[in-house]
Amino acid sequence: MGRSFKIALAQIQPALGDLERNLSLHEKLCEEAIAEGADLLVFPELSLTGYFLKDLVPSVALTPESPALTPLKELSRRIAMTIGFIEEAPGHFFHNAALFLEGGEVRHLHRKVYLPTYGIFDEQRYLAEGDRVRAFETSFGRMAILLCEDMWHPSAAYIAAVDGAEFFLVPSASPGRGTPQKGIFANAKAWELINRAYAQLFTVYIIYANRIGYEDGACFWGGSEVIGPSGECLAKAEYLHDSLLLAVIDSSEIRRARTMNPMLRDEKLDLTLRELQKIQERRS
Amino acid sequence: MTDLSLNADIVREVLVGFIEDEVTKAGFYRVVVGLSGGVDSSLSAYLAAEALGPNNVWGILMPYKTSSPESVEHARLVVDRLKINAMQIDITPQIDAYFDCFPEADHVRRGNKMARERMTILFDQSAALHALVLGTSNKTELMLGYGTLYGDMASAINPIGDLFKTQVRHLARHVGVPEVIVQKKPSADLWVGQTDEEELGFTYEQVDQALYLMIDKRYEIANLVACGFDERFVRGVFAKVQASQYKRRLPLIAKVSHRTIDRDFRYPRDWGI
Repeated sequence: MGRSFKIALAQIQPALGDLERNLSLHEKLCEEAIAEGADLLVFPELSLTGYFLKDLVPSVALTPESPALTPLKELSRRIAMTIGFIEEAPGHFFHNAALFLEGGEVRHLHRKVYLPTYGIFDEQRYLAEGDRVRAFETSFGRMAILLCEDMWHPSAAYIAAVDGAEFFLVPSASPGRGTPQKGIFANAKAWELINRAYAQLFTVYIIYANRIGYEDGACFWGGSEVIGPSGECLAKAEYLHDSLLLAVIDSSEIRRARTMNPMLRDEKLDLTLRELQKIQERRS
Repeated sequence: MTDLSLNADIVREVLVGFIEDEVTKAGFYRVVVGLSGGVDSSLSAYLAAEALGPNNVWGILMPYKTSSPESVEHARLVVDRLKINAMQIDITPQIDAYFDCFPEADHVRRGNKMARERMTILFDQSAALHALVLGTSNKTELMLGYGTLYGDMASAINPIGDLFKTQVRHLARHVGVPEVIVQKKPSADLWVGQTDEEELGFTYEQVDQALYLMIDKRYEIANLVACGFDERFVRGVFAKVQASQYKRRLPLIAKVSHRTIDRDFRYPRDWGI
């Protein structure tokens, strides 16, 4: 039961709006991760484009079939990966999206469901929202991608978990907010709490890949981490500095965690659906 | 009292990283900073020296004939401590030449003119040195509008604009700004004997408490009064923030096209860098 594999998290600073430079950076990180013996490499949110794109969104959009992605697809024969990009969907809708590439192919596309549009964020102005959260099969086990803000909606994490995901891949572009008083930025501490809580509640691995660097003065804080299914931190990257974070994952740990804490087994899907249905009827 | 302390190690790293990143990716490696001898510009200079190396920082001293000798002395102290480059330019001739034509001008006009004169020198020197102008306005004065538009408020990048004055002092101590500078009464030094707190009518400690809750924590005036703040004081602070909103924005542009700058023509400032 279970197998062991090595995961790498690319804590990088993408160049804002510069696909070409970012593609080279991705290829470089792939080679580094391969040299480290990693089997899977997770890049941050919008790793191919940078985050605060605003009106640049249509200029950097790709489709999963774009020739620009061919070199990364080729590299995925040697190392599986998750990359972040702006997807131009049919109808010219632009999504904040991530691809899971393995064996030279796109295995999964996730379109960010929850687009933050408050405070420093303005995603709904420029982007279309995704309409599904799905787990998918990989050679490492069943996974789900939750893009940054998706994680702040427990329903999205819940769906991923009951759909059988044992690994949550969480590409993130989190700008630091809340002047650090003790430790790091206030929102970074909240992230760390959520990652640990979800790992433990859903008995899954949380693979949180955050970026670093500055865009228009906002500071992405890094601190990428891998949290095991009992809530323990297996690897943690430095705050504010680039890093290729490595962790060996023993997926038999999921079996042990779920034997000890079988909450997912006891999850009442029928009850949840029934009650949500009632709430929805009452609201409409 | 609300706790406005900060984790100085992390904030220092974030701000030093900010200067290094935003300067170098724009294709520069030097900055010029106007040194007044006060805690704000001293802190900016300390952070810049750490980010870019002292050789790449130019401290520009720009006294007027009525400037306090202490201002130059303290600015020199920063230059010596940091071993940054320094340049001193007396702005008296050009200021006096102008106001010879307008002898009736009051001290506010004169003060603003001096602040803008200094700005033109900083931007000119930045062109000569292929450098960026480093800002020195803190969040308290930016929020209160206690600065000269296109004068001391002008810069290319500002590392301390999101720190209240209280936090500037905290961080300044942490990075080693001399205590004599941290402790002295803040002054724009635009006329003899001017101090910020006398002119504003409250201390920075008092106003930072109110501003933090009002701005960062979104307290309404009624909430602040319920917390024990004096209503007249809070209303006065709010009025300053509101009245100075124009200083924190680009000039209004009359909209006629589909895409107007900053309304519906929205690109990041770091576009293409």
